[in-house]
Amino acid sequence: MRLELGNVLIKDVQFGDTTKLEEGVLSINKQELIDILMEDEHLKKVEVDIAKPGEKVRITPVKDVIEPRVKVEGPGGVFPGILSKVDMVGSGKTNVLKGCAVMTTGKIVGFQEGIVDMSGPGADYTPFSKLINIVLVCDPVDGLKQHEHEKAVRLAGFKAAKYLGETARNVIPDEVKVYEVDTLTEGLKKYPNLPKVGYVQMLQTQGLLHDTYVYGVDAKQIIPTIMYPTESMDGAIVSGNCVSACDKNTTYHHLNNPVIEDLLKVHGKELNFVGVIITNENVYLADKERSSNMTAKLAEFLGLDAVIISQEGFGNPDTDLIMNCKKIEAKGIKTVIITDEYAGRDGASQSLADADKAADAVVTAGNANQVITLPPMDKVIGSLEYVDIIAGGFNGSLAEDGTITVEIQAITGATNEIGFSNLTARTY
Amino acid sequence: MGKIRIVHYLNQFFAGIGGEEKADFKPEVREGVVGPGMALQAGFKDEAEIVATVICGDSYFNENIEEAKAKVLELVKQYNPDLFIAGPAFNAGRYGVACGAITEAVQNELNIPALTAMYEENPGVDLYRKSIYIIPTKDSAVGMRDAVSKIVPFALKLAKGEKIGSPEEEGYIKRGIRVNYFADKRGSQRAVEMLIKKINGEKYETEYPMPDFDRVTPNPAIKDITKAKIALVTSGGIVPKGNPDHIESSSASKYGKYDIEGLMDLTADTFQTAHGGYDPVYANEDADRVLPVDVLRDLEKEGKIGKLHRYYYSTVGNGTSVANAKKFASEIAKELVADGVDAVILTST
Repeated sequence: MRLELGNVLIKDVQFGDTTKLEEGVLSINKQELIDILMEDEHLKKVEVDIAKPGEKVRITPVKDVIEPRVKVEGPGGVFPGILSKVDMVGSGKTNVLKGCAVMTTGKIVGFQEGIVDMSGPGADYTPFSKLINIVLVCDPVDGLKQHEHEKAVRLAGFKAAKYLGETARNVIPDEVKVYEVDTLTEGLKKYPNLPKVGYVQMLQTQGLLHDTYVYGVDAKQIIPTIMYPTESMDGAIVSGNCVSACDKNTTYHHLNNPVIEDLLKVHGKELNFVGVIITNENVYLADKERSSNMTAKLAEFLGLDAVIISQEGFGNPDTDLIMNCKKIEAKGIKTVIITDEYAGRDGASQSLADADKAADAVVTAGNANQVITLPPMDKVIGSLEYVDIIAGGFNGSLAEDGTITVEIQAITGATNEIGFSNLTARTY
Repeated sequence: MGKIRIVHYLNQFFAGIGGEEKADFKPEVREGVVGPGMALQAGFKDEAEIVATVICGDSYFNENIEEAKAKVLELVKQYNPDLFIAGPAFNAGRYGVACGAITEAVQNELNIPALTAMYEENPGVDLYRKSIYIIPTKDSAVGMRDAVSKIVPFALKLAKGEKIGSPEEEGYIKRGIRVNYFADKRGSQRAVEMLIKKINGEKYETEYPMPDFDRVTPNPAIKDITKAKIALVTSGGIVPKGNPDHIESSSASKYGKYDIEGLMDLTADTFQTAHGGYDPVYANEDADRVLPVDVLRDLEKEGKIGKLHRYYYSTVGNGTSVANAKKFASEIAKELVADGVDAVILTST
């Protein structure tokens, strides 16, 4: 299977009379976009703003970040099972608006939404400070329950991304990346001497606002299954979760999964990247046992020699991570796990809620409890009123002048566990 | 900056006063350099000067730790040094413990940069590595020259207030503190490289060695539950409406203790959750769903349990560090035992 990703490099984003993409400049007819989003009866008000790298702008509470993409050749459309039919995606041609993103904010849904600073010390901790963000400030109608509110804002983000993605349908991309993946038997024939490697991707499915969707299905209800590495590049997996901002995988992360990218870079050279096993992180013990059993079985069934396991979230999912690691290692399959740490504000506490000696190869995305001071910004998109209560904030986080003292847990993408960023930790 | 002023700490043996028979020697100060101080002074050349040496017997220090510490601090303080060095204690156990204790006290109470040095298996290392800088040495005084060569550059850096790097860079014993930094490569790339090394049987270094995990064996069952006093403790964040103690929605730094005397039922008007890790709708509608006061009152009435304890304890178990959770639990457990509680129902979310 072959997917060509055509990157159209976005140099600027501005509001204009028509929505179009010319010479790398994305113009947006603001009212037209708002009208599309306001078709959802659950939304009372939508505003659209633009935030650019280096600006003294703070966006909070950030819910999801989505990269605009459009399917230009091959089966299916972006976000299958949600905005497009449930065709299989991951082959053909997809164009990408590289360098910009849709970001959703507005009244808080739960507690676990994030902060994105476009400049200053906080900007170093989030990958989204480097993008031009088209920010949707969405407010729900009164009396909407949290889970309905979350859904309405989630869909608004996808719709906006699809709407903007359409502008790239007939644009010739600045660069084309080709991803070639093989079926199991083809791969074995082509690379008989290379180690067979898989990627076990754990999806956040603790429920109650902690959900991920695969081809439109709530991943709580799946049993682990196998995917081609390219499927998530077309939006087969999307975020619907309000787990702490630092280590939730936004939809942008899923579209640009770096474990998949980095394994594909060495596919056919140093290893044979056989495929992705997706699994979930349900809260009931029976679910945890069933899913980790299935994951280990699939790894064995595929004849894998080694896997990378990535986590999403922390605490309760630490148990899923360790179960997966233990059971896969017990089958003689080597593992590397990617996680992050909650070692306390002083860094002196034990970092994980579960541990096992089988987990002898760990990549860490850093200690989420580290405290950071974010100086005031000239402009806030969204609202500062929730800073004290978001995960990573505490009573007194927000000073009168707009300075924020929070754990980096509150910064979107700070300790991402699919290894999207460079932050890590070592023992002093 | 002029010459850096240093106060040095030695035990009775290294100060040349005597062996075990003189171990009850009380704290005393001498101007200038004593014993191993000479080797250190030679290492510092003109950059620093050992202005005084405090001496204390190992037995005296360990048997009168509070008094000895207070006296040593007083002696150190009067010289107003820029830096304090204790030892090296090599593999002398009681000396190592004394060096650790006094280095910690000077650092924390006098706010003077301080360090000590000893053999890695000295019991002083385990006791104090988390709070102070300890330079590793050989197990006996034969390693003095080697110790000096490691202590001097680190001591100068510390005294000058320069940024202290990682244990690998600076040579001190790991303190067990996790510190963030930006690596050259993103996490996924590091994972792929680590995996390839692991597959090939090459040496690789895990970024987080697994801790020894604390597993608790449950106590035996209560013999007669109908006589038992039962308490409720939750990490589900149930608090009186308004969250009066401002328990954080994540990474809780505290817990609350709340009186439920005479309360039959938790309602949407009186209780809520402070927890940020789950959809709060159902807990806020009826907090009994997380903290089952209503059911326990029924059981109390029916005589199926002895009594529901007057207070419940609550915190938020969301990103809360294991160290904080342990601290809360030991404080709560102490109070529960003192209040004659026989059993606890722990609820989460």
